Amino acid sequence: MAKAYTPGLKISKSTILKKDRILPLKGEVTVKEGDKVEAEDVVAKTDLPGNVVPLNVANKLAIPASAVKEKMLKEKGEKFEEGEVIAMNKTLFGLFKSKVKAPITGSVENISSITGQVLLREPPKPIEVKAFISGVVTKVYEEEGVEIENKSAYIQGIFGIGGEVNAEIKVAVKEPNEVLTSELIDNSFRDKVIVGGSRVDYPAIEKAKEVGAQAIIVGGIDDQDLKQFLGYDIGVAITGHENVGLTIIATEGFGPIKMADDTFKILKEYEGKSASVHGKTQIRAGVMRPEVIIPIPYEDEELKQPEKESGGLEIGSSIRIIRQPHFGEICQVTALPEELHVVESETKVRILKAKTKDGEELIIPRANVEAIET
Amino acid sequence: MAKEIRSILATDCGSTTTKAILIEKVDDVYRLIVRGEAPTTVEAPFEDVTKGVLNAVEEVEDLIHIQGQKDRMILEDGKIVVPQNGDKGVDAYLSTSSAGGGLQMMVAGVVKSMTAESAERAALGAGAIVMDVLATNDDRLPYEQIERIRHLRPDMILLSGGIDGGTTKHVAELAEIISAADPKPRLGSSYQLPVIFAGNVEARDLVKDNLEEKTDLIITENLRPVLERENLGPARDKIHDLFMEHVMAQAPGYKKLMSWSRAKLEEDKEPKLIDIMPTPGAVGNIMQTIARLEEIEVVGVDIGGATTDVFSVFTEDQVFNRTVSANLGMSYSISNVLASTGMKNIMRWVPFEMEEKQVRNMIKNKMIRPTTIPFLSEELILEQAIAKEALRLAFEQHKEFAVTLKGTQRKREISEAFSQSTSGQTIVDMMSLDILVGSGGVLSHAPRRNQAAMLLMDAFLPEGVTQLAVDSIFMMPQLGVLADVNEKAAAQVFEKDCLIHLGSCVAPVGKYKQGKTALKVKIELPDEVYEEEIPFGELRLIELGVDQEARATLEPQSGQDLGMGKNKTLETTLTGGVVGIIIDTRGRELVYDPKLDKETMRLHIPEDEKERVKSLLKWMKALKAYPEEMLK
Repeated sequence: MAKAYTPGLKISKSTILKKDRILPLKGEVTVKEGDKVEAEDVVAKTDLPGNVVPLNVANKLAIPASAVKEKMLKEKGEKFEEGEVIAMNKTLFGLFKSKVKAPITGSVENISSITGQVLLREPPKPIEVKAFISGVVTKVYEEEGVEIENKSAYIQGIFGIGGEVNAEIKVAVKEPNEVLTSELIDNSFRDKVIVGGSRVDYPAIEKAKEVGAQAIIVGGIDDQDLKQFLGYDIGVAITGHENVGLTIIATEGFGPIKMADDTFKILKEYEGKSASVHGKTQIRAGVMRPEVIIPIPYEDEELKQPEKESGGLEIGSSIRIIRQPHFGEICQVTALPEELHVVESETKVRILKAKTKDGEELIIPRANVEAIET
Repeated sequence: MAKEIRSILATDCGSTTTKAILIEKVDDVYRLIVRGEAPTTVEAPFEDVTKGVLNAVEEVEDLIHIQGQKDRMILEDGKIVVPQNGDKGVDAYLSTSSAGGGLQMMVAGVVKSMTAESAERAALGAGAIVMDVLATNDDRLPYEQIERIRHLRPDMILLSGGIDGGTTKHVAELAEIISAADPKPRLGSSYQLPVIFAGNVEARDLVKDNLEEKTDLIITENLRPVLERENLGPARDKIHDLFMEHVMAQAPGYKKLMSWSRAKLEEDKEPKLIDIMPTPGAVGNIMQTIARLEEIEVVGVDIGGATTDVFSVFTEDQVFNRTVSANLGMSYSISNVLASTGMKNIMRWVPFEMEEKQVRNMIKNKMIRPTTIPFLSEELILEQAIAKEALRLAFEQHKEFAVTLKGTQRKREISEAFSQSTSGQTIVDMMSLDILVGSGGVLSHAPRRNQAAMLLMDAFLPEGVTQLAVDSIFMMPQLGVLADVNEKAAAQVFEKDCLIHLGSCVAPVGKYKQGKTALKVKIELPDEVYEEEIPFGELRLIELGVDQEARATLEPQSGQDLGMGKNKTLETTLTGGVVGIIIDTRGRELVYDPKLDKETMRLHIPEDEKERVKSLLKWMKALKAYPEEMLK
């Protein structure tokens, strides 16, 4: 039977999930293989080297650069406190003293007799990596991080903004094609992950932030609304670092698009349960998509099952159309012809045929569909 | 004794696809035989680039078999056989690579517009992505520069500064900053970050004191020994060496690939190892080779999903320049094209109304699903409008970078003194340009070649007579690395199989005069003589096939110029192509662009909305760019 490889977004009511949690620099892993962890538990930590502050001591003491070394009261590597005198010059038989005080607490990194510059380094900054999902530590990467495994209901979004949050799911709309407006959001959504339908409008985003919601999951979002909320236009698709007090995930794309029924059903089913959510998106080599992870109970044995390989497109596969016309519709593949086909724009492409829920048969470029992986 | 190469296999390992081409000598001429491709396998779960290479080569083998050469093999036991032995193997296997993000560099120099700019030129010419340019006068405080280096984690740093015998203090300052940042390489922490010093010879010891312990310091010749001259070759060579030794050697599977890449060049010797080249470096190589062999001026552009590269060779000295517009592309960074140029500039190319909200959503959807294809004609026109702006902006950046050396003094002619010409002027001269070559999906895969011609004309605004071409399957990288091994083979395949000649564009330049005649043309076509007095604001398409030529008498009117002077006749031979000869009297004018804060050359498009739409439709029809029914 004809098969075609098409990347897709994964939506699953129950899947065995593995997540790597890695430090940006080498450090210490604080858990061991087999440990059970909660989302907020620290699994690894390290110290980031402190910032460097340059100080032109030659200028400050009005001496030649070559004389700086002998006027320093602290040597390379020595520590000091903020305000401590670190260099001094005595003139006129010691009557006048000019001093240089340390602007920070730290240590001397380097003293240059060429430029007269002294480099001071702040103390290291500790950073921690949390588990993000509750589960079992299945692998320890020495000095780097861990792999955590659990069983979850799992939804991959297509685009998001904002970092990692853990909060309870609360559905705000009745149907997956309903727009999430500000009237639907009240104080009961504080610290919640709000589930909307086809679109969230700008006033609703602001309202969600105002009541202290943690995240919004919705089918689509207008780019103009996103721009207004962020205060700038997203230029390249690397997101997740925005510090805007709210994580937003679009499951389908930009514009008003009904949330896929299966996605909505899962979120509805797990209303009241805690979810790990992030908006990190990266489109390019090393693709990263936003995720909604809802841990569910499991037996230890279940985690040892071999992974299912994701298959290609086959007749009968569920797909989502990801470009106009029929953008956002979910269909079933009915044929995968080999030959190239000329579409309206005169582009010659490989196509597939698929049936909509209303029974209409469409011809769609294969590049314009996404497999719905389950 | 030198051995004649009979067959060449060349691969380009891109970040998503590995492309393989097979070139063989047929009737004493090198020709492309087949091309295969497979997904690149640098990332998990494969983490071995050679797997993708072998898959692409297997496809090449399959295709040769389909062509009838049933016994022809390239692989044996999962390895590429070099040299060719009967039906088995090839005489040379070469490769380029941009996988894993290519070569990412930071450069530093004392003065931003002088040594730092020369260092940037050296790095770009070697095929690197320049992440940032540090200079002592770049308006950042030292701690900001230190933060930046630490944050970016480049693959290597090129430090220059000071002409020989010039400043040493400022160079030491830069070395101190790099040392304080204690930069770690992007790939793996098992080796020290390579730093190349190509600056003032007298500052070498100072640089050593600061950087020898903390980095893998390599010292080479000063890339700007005197203000009047750049010496970029040695620094470029060192970048290539280090790219092989450090960056490539760290990437998964590359050690193996490096041992495969070799050519039988001498009859009685073992095949020689050939370095893997960064992809853009190789493209630059083929452009320079062609410009030198044909004695022509060339502009090439490669518009990708994330970046747009522009290459040019101009002036009698064949000065080569390359720029990378890192955030101008058609998918990953398409949204940034909108942010950079603004909605109005994009919509000026679109002959129908569309709500801003709708356009924005469409652009963002393309960004998050980069592989989708425009199904509807309106979406195709909109995507091509965005491409025109991405290309235009990338070319503006290129013109700003491709300049005569700044900071130099030169003797001026009296006329120049009046025109205020100074150092640092662009060497890009559209009037003297001979050929404009486009590549990248939006140009190479446009449903009609006429659209590719229109994209190139609208974005680059060629002047006088210019040939237009596209690289149909983007094999310039492979030909670039081949040019180092066998220049003849590279040039032959480039001419015969790489380029699709679209035709010639004839565009007079001068003040736009509504209602007047801009150009009188007489073209002796194979079957007829085409004569017309063409008014301003028009496009004409005259069919003339590939490999056909026509004598033309072109008489500019109303103060127009085709490179011979105002109203001066140009007698020339025009070459044809798959599109033909295009006469463009639409007019070009210098307009202040508030987004770029400078005057730029723009096509004369009527301001009035109705007139604008009417003109666009007229031009698209004349060029047969889209189906007739769409343009009603």
